[in-house]
Amino acid sequence: MKLLEVEKVSFSYDRERALEEVSFSLQEREFLAIIGPNGGGKSTLLKLIMGQYEPQEGQIRVLGKSPRQAREEIGYVPQNTHVNLEFPIRVLDVVMMGNPKRHEGQTLLERLFPIRYNEIEKRCAYSTLEKVGMQDYLDRRIGDLSGGQRQRVMIARALCAHPRLLILDEPTSSIDAEGQEQIYRLLKELSREMGVLVVSHDLSVITRYADKILYLNRRAYLHDLQANPIHLDTPEGEHFCEVEMMQMLGAQNCNCELHRDSKESS
Amino acid sequence: MTEIFHYTFMQNALIAGILVSFAAGIVGSLIVVNRLVFLTGGIAHSSYGGIGMALYFGLPIFLGASLFSVGAALLIAVLTFRRRHRSDTYIGLIWAVGMAIGVIFTDLTPGYNTDLMSYLFGSILAVSREDLWFMGFLLLLVLLTVHRWYRPILAMSYDAEYAELRGIPTRRFYTLILVLSALTVVVAIKVVGLILVIALMTIPTHIAERCTRSFYAMMIFSGILASLFTLVGLMLSYAYDLSSGASIILVAAAGLGLFEGGRTLIAGRS
Repeated sequence: MKLLEVEKVSFSYDRERALEEVSFSLQEREFLAIIGPNGGGKSTLLKLIMGQYEPQEGQIRVLGKSPRQAREEIGYVPQNTHVNLEFPIRVLDVVMMGNPKRHEGQTLLERLFPIRYNEIEKRCAYSTLEKVGMQDYLDRRIGDLSGGQRQRVMIARALCAHPRLLILDEPTSSIDAEGQEQIYRLLKELSREMGVLVVSHDLSVITRYADKILYLNRRAYLHDLQANPIHLDTPEGEHFCEVEMMQMLGAQNCNCELHRDSKESS
Repeated sequence: MTEIFHYTFMQNALIAGILVSFAAGIVGSLIVVNRLVFLTGGIAHSSYGGIGMALYFGLPIFLGASLFSVGAALLIAVLTFRRRHRSDTYIGLIWAVGMAIGVIFTDLTPGYNTDLMSYLFGSILAVSREDLWFMGFLLLLVLLTVHRWYRPILAMSYDAEYAELRGIPTRRFYTLILVLSALTVVVAIKVVGLILVIALMTIPTHIAERCTRSFYAMMIFSGILASLFTLVGLMLSYAYDLSSGASIILVAAAGLGLFEGGRTLIAGRS
């Protein structure tokens, strides 16, 4: 069974078409990056995969179930982690938000008044924080962390539910180059245990870490990096723009519609 | 100064002050972190409509004001969910219409009505034993609610989008918080009045937010601070024969000023 299967999915807002016959699939332990221009349908696609929207045509299956039924299998890391920095909340509390098994090992009193965490819950939070290298920050206020550290905590929060599919929306948009590299290394590691789907603009990093790239601009074009690797020879920290990227992909002799277009025009 | 504890009305005032301040500190934390302060302000003012109607129909003030303000809270919640970006319009509307209803019903009520000011700015020395029961009941309700649903409320208050993804019914919890704040406003009418209540709900919270590491600690600390401001305000109002509600609020404001000043000094030194 495939981890994620998107089949001929179309979606429109009022009269504007956001996605048109988008099809692709993701296997377990695969690392897929979604790129594409703003307004190309990336956010819409994520909302569909997470069951916030229903596709108007086509269907989406996560482990053979509908996205809503598969909610517990999906871990999500939102784009903006700078929300509510004033809020008095510890790293531990943030991570525990992701824990779906609310009543595991709780006594009746704890179930009625779930203020404190019991040992089982704490151990779960600790182990996920360990995975992202943040176990020493358990008691810190979330607002006192750096952007990169906070992003790791958000990943730990998503891992707390033991997801089989981890979805991240531009996880490094507000992090420096070094932090970016670390996050992607972490994601690569995680993709040995689960499927990872990341929306990103950091092309030079993606091409080194992802297994597949999906270019989304209303329609979707899939590029398999393992079959056709791309080597971007840029100095450290410099970014490719997406147009250049698509020309590179076009040069890989991929015979899809978009590449034919770009060849004709160039 | 100790003689003030001997009078029954003063004892009632002190107990009322603590009960209401604690509730205001906790519910204030909820409305501040969820950015519902203006909304609560609207509900507070509109509750005057309930007071006017209670006077006219001869009902207990607390009952009339509670029903009316909870109704206003539910109405604002429904309207806001429907058209989020016009929320402030609806708030302003309900704010003014509620007060207008209150004024008209007070006009229609036969007899001598000079109590308007006391509802707007508080009259803590007129707290009765029944009022204390009502205040105690509200505080208990607030405590039970916050403890029972602490985790979903925490999740929603920190990151509503994520909470919704995890299947937490955020709208239901927003409505719950609004209803609690409507009831808190009503019990605070006697202590600081419905205009000044917003300050009692936000000033202690604003200080507590920056001194604590967890939301739970913030709520408790905020309740303690609010009680402290209220007690000091009451003492001053008794000693210098000033309005109790306004004294409490200015003590709170002075507390905030001291806190900010102290922080700036410490930050400047290090």
